[in-house]
Amino acid sequence: MARVLVGVKRVIDYAVKIRVKPDKSGVVTEGVKHSMNPFDEIAVEEAVKMKEKKLATEVVAVSCGPSQAQETLRTALAMGADRAIHVEVPAGDYETLQPIHISKILAKIAQDEKVDIVILGKQAIDDDSNQTAQMTAGVLDWPQATFASKVEKKDSELHVTREIDGGLENIKVKLPAVLSADLRLNEPRYATLPNIMKAKKKPLKKVTPKDLGVDISPRIQVISVEDPPVRQAGSIVPDVDTLVSKLKEKGHC
Amino acid sequence: MRRATSNLCANLWHSSSFRPANYSSHAALTKDRYKVQRGKYASLTDKDVRVFEEIVGKTRILTDDADVEAYNVDWLRSVRGFSKCVLKPKTTEEVSAILKYCNERVLAVCPQGGNTGLAGGSNPVFDEVVISTSLMNNILEFDSLSGVLSCQAGCVLEQLETFLLEQGHMMPLDLGAKGSCQIGGNVSTNAGGLRLVRYGSLHGNVLGIEAVLANGEIVNCMSKMKKDNTGYHLKHLFIGSEGTLGFVTKVAIQCPVNPKSINVALLGLESYDKVLEILKTSRRDLGEILSSCEMMDLDALKVVEENLKLRIPIKECPFYILIETSGSNSNHDEEKLALFLENALDKKVVLDGTQASEPSRIKQIFELRERIAEALLMDGFLYTYDFSLKPVDFYSIVPALREHLKNLPNVLRVNGFGHFGDGNLHLNVTSKEYSKEILNTIEPFVYEWVSKVGGSVSAEHGIGFKKTGAVKFSKTPQAIKLMQQMKGVMDPNGILNPYKVLPL
Repeated sequence: MARVLVGVKRVIDYAVKIRVKPDKSGVVTEGVKHSMNPFDEIAVEEAVKMKEKKLATEVVAVSCGPSQAQETLRTALAMGADRAIHVEVPAGDYETLQPIHISKILAKIAQDEKVDIVILGKQAIDDDSNQTAQMTAGVLDWPQATFASKVEKKDSELHVTREIDGGLENIKVKLPAVLSADLRLNEPRYATLPNIMKAKKKPLKKVTPKDLGVDISPRIQVISVEDPPVRQAGSIVPDVDTLVSKLKEKGHC
Repeated sequence: MRRATSNLCANLWHSSSFRPANYSSHAALTKDRYKVQRGKYASLTDKDVRVFEEIVGKTRILTDDADVEAYNVDWLRSVRGFSKCVLKPKTTEEVSAILKYCNERVLAVCPQGGNTGLAGGSNPVFDEVVISTSLMNNILEFDSLSGVLSCQAGCVLEQLETFLLEQGHMMPLDLGAKGSCQIGGNVSTNAGGLRLVRYGSLHGNVLGIEAVLANGEIVNCMSKMKKDNTGYHLKHLFIGSEGTLGFVTKVAIQCPVNPKSINVALLGLESYDKVLEILKTSRRDLGEILSSCEMMDLDALKVVEENLKLRIPIKECPFYILIETSGSNSNHDEEKLALFLENALDKKVVLDGTQASEPSRIKQIFELRERIAEALLMDGFLYTYDFSLKPVDFYSIVPALREHLKNLPNVLRVNGFGHFGDGNLHLNVTSKEYSKEILNTIEPFVYEWVSKVGGSVSAEHGIGFKKTGAVKFSKTPQAIKLMQQMKGVMDPNGILNPYKVLPL
């Protein structure tokens, strides 16, 4: 029986149109709807499933960020996590918080909480880093199984199917281990009303990076955040001949 | 990755993917299926086409059968005309010139917007000239202080919604067909939709209309004022008259401020009595923030699961209610909603449920409701009805019709869903193919039933072509006579959308 730690990140909801701040220092987050990173939802679902299959004893959700991160933790609790840890990072510091900092935080919590499996989303849809799971495994010196699309527990090993370029790879990892969840691992559940109510009463512990002995001083400086280039307007040509000559002109045929 | 994830949940509502490639061959010609007589209108000649070319230019007239086909058939594939000509004007003046000519020639015309109507009102019955508003798609003005938007009739509802979002406003109506339907069509059919319970009907929200009469005269009633009691309220004649009294070319519409906080809850209930209880308590406890109250029966929700592979997020229940709240303060709204939901759970009014405030999740939950019609159509043929009923009578017609149809083996489904907060039921029957026997068993049974309990046989879909025979179930002979007189005054030659709305 294992204890599972899942990382959940609060990101701008994917149905929201992203806007760059006028001073180009970042994207507008104020008054913008956020939700749990979709890959983290998959990670939580997998952990909760493990618990339901009696492969795990306890699911602990952790999130780093300002106080709103607690909303995301409540969602994880409503989906079935048993308790939550909020690593408080003030909004100002959060802007320069990088996967390296998160990995150190997660590694420390994994050790303190004596977890056997860490499951993270393969990447967050805001910064698309895809580094946290790998670095967390590195810091802990544990085996890693990233981009998992299927996970089976056999004795003290996990059999993991990984989505790789051009196919699937089947690997075995010994516990403790770090996993990252790919899109097809499962379909996350909706939190039901009774579980949303129950989640309000589940324990949520607050710690700071300092408590964990992790230095979160920035290692990068954001110089400029730019909008992607706008697609140029097309033009209508009167007939096929003009179309063909235009295409030839531009070297398309 | 963001794009990839959102594409997974992209709304495929009017995508062509589920249509059979040669869908037109499935729809019989309206004149044969419904046995109607062509009116005494002129037939299109080459000279007419040349005149039209002079008005709209050669590029905005379609005469090739393959090009015209899509305008002849409705989305449900239940009606099919054989028009030979589609015109795509860009300006009111062009519409005026077209109608003036058609009126003189006594050529019948069929105005068409996004062609998403469910009563066959926007397709030609015979060879009427189709006048499409698709290219009349300019947004003219938006006043951020009054919230009044003016635009041409061919603006797609979703295009307006996207534009308004940038301004911090929203359209007062929202429909499943928003990606295709046009505001001119919405106004002409007095479309209702998901937000009506909160923002009221288009008769209230449309402040001004510009329309072209059958003789080509332009009637400019483009007031942008909330109040305007100067004489008869002519704009109301064009709202909901389905293009039979005039051709709507411009609209001024008041648009509410976009709510800062939106929450959605999907609830599962065990009986219709509990559904009624939720109606009562949601109005009482959610009050002014309640912005949608939709009901679906299990059979209706099963359709989206089976035909579109959408997931029902909560356990199977005989009835489902979808509640949306909109407000200006998320803490306030969430507190209210949480209390309402806790009560409903404690008192065992709801069996199961889920709740969302994230736009992505809200969209997924709303899809379950909005895509029912699309999913039903995938069964083959859809007989769809749209009734106004008192809450107490709202659902009983569904089991009654199920019982009435039980001996017809070709009936696939009988179900009901709709805008519960407005007392608007969408009653649906599907079969693999169109069957006259099924249609004749449903009608006039359902109309008589609705008439008996004092409901309306058309709540928001209009009368169109398919329901002209049903008007008498909701309107007295005197009222119908006055409508016919009005038609006679405004369109003496009867060229505007003939065979529609009024009993033939």
